[in-house]
Amino acid sequence: MTPTPENAAATIRRGLLLSTVGLLGLALVYLLAHRFTPIEVRQGLAQKIFYVHAPAAWAAMLAFALVGVCGGLYLWLRDPRLDLFAEASAEVGLVFGLIMLTTGPIWGKPIWGTWWTWDARLTLTLLLVFLFVGYRALRGALSDPAERARYSAVVGILGLMLVPFVHLSVYLFRTLHPQPVLLKPSAPSMPAPMLRTLLTSIAVFTLLYVGFAMTRYGLGLMREARGAADAD
Amino acid sequence: MIEVLRHALALAAKDLRVELRSRTALVSAIAFAALVLVIFNFARDPTTVSSRDLAPSVLWVTFTFAAMLTFNRSFALEKENGAMDGLLLSPVPRGAIFLGKYFANLGFVVTVQAVTLPLFVLFFNVGLGGALPGLLLVTVLGTLGFVAVGTVFASMAVRTRFADLMLPVLLLPFLVPPVIGAVQVTTRLLAGRPLLEQAGWLRILGVYDVVFLTVCAMVFPSLLDE
Repeated sequence: MTPTPENAAATIRRGLLLSTVGLLGLALVYLLAHRFTPIEVRQGLAQKIFYVHAPAAWAAMLAFALVGVCGGLYLWLRDPRLDLFAEASAEVGLVFGLIMLTTGPIWGKPIWGTWWTWDARLTLTLLLVFLFVGYRALRGALSDPAERARYSAVVGILGLMLVPFVHLSVYLFRTLHPQPVLLKPSAPSMPAPMLRTLLTSIAVFTLLYVGFAMTRYGLGLMREARGAADAD
Repeated sequence: MIEVLRHALALAAKDLRVELRSRTALVSAIAFAALVLVIFNFARDPTTVSSRDLAPSVLWVTFTFAAMLTFNRSFALEKENGAMDGLLLSPVPRGAIFLGKYFANLGFVVTVQAVTLPLFVLFFNVGLGGALPGLLLVTVLGTLGFVAVGTVFASMAVRTRFADLMLPVLLLPFLVPPVIGAVQVTTRLLAGRPLLEQAGWLRILGVYDVVFLTVCAMVFPSLLDE
């Protein structure tokens, strides 16, 4: 059950490899977005940020959802690796969340005419980022690993339950965000080259998430392995 | 089930009795709520914003913040002298411990609200008219759910070094749905709109209560494992 330093090092290596591939993919996304994707008629160049913003948002949501899922599984199976992965996922999710919250206003200023607005999805993602800042703070404030794992699992689960409520209540409050262009019942409302760039970027960001999370998970394993070695 | 409820009520009665013997926390919470109302009244430009426009927001910020300050007390009480260990050793089901703490917190919060509401009407010159039954309903629906989340988070926060800061950071995101819903309903009720018009928001508040009360009751026992 206890991870060995060798296992941990192998996980870190795999994670770094995937991250490198992901970063090369990111270069490809930039190339695709600037050279091989038409400029949007109404928004002009500002729309290009969409190819980073939406995939980063996707990666952040994926990361946060997995924190909740791992939390639920941890309380059921009590496998410390699930907690280590949730920790890694929360941290990587925060990074993607910050990318999302930075690129969004940069786009919003020229297009909406305002850096920030209390739109449903903006508010939801902002709150999720805050929630995971709290998650990190709680982890940092607890020293017993089993206690930390149980407590953070509960925060992860409750956070997951909160998402639909925040979305619904803020949506009813008022909304301004562009309507979904990809995930909606009818066909995607986007020309093929743009769709290609977007889907490539989503794949790349997913890969980056897996790479980063795996590296961070490996580091967590390494910490555990060293801790176990010190205890012996 | 009856047994769990009986233990829970015994535990809640114990907590409230401890509180009533000293009354320090309760009096402080009520004073805090009243002071927030006073501060809010001056935290506006009286020539541009009338106190009526601000009233529903003030009411709910006061309710929720005053409630938040009381949650840590319920577990800080058990932490002193290791009373929590005694509670865990006693033949009480773990679910009853959650319900007991929940009922005690709820009793505490409702008491604070019961004092705050008349003060609010007085300070903000709000004409309740026929809005009182609706206002009581939305207060109950807006409170049941977040007290459950607050109870769970407080049990975790007291184990950390800076519990007083940890609890709000964890809990505030969970206050957004109830506060939005409750303020919307309160605004319209105070404007004389009928309660039935607000059925949509009331339903959201009700579902929030049911979901979080259930989930909190389910996850709480796993927080107590030793």
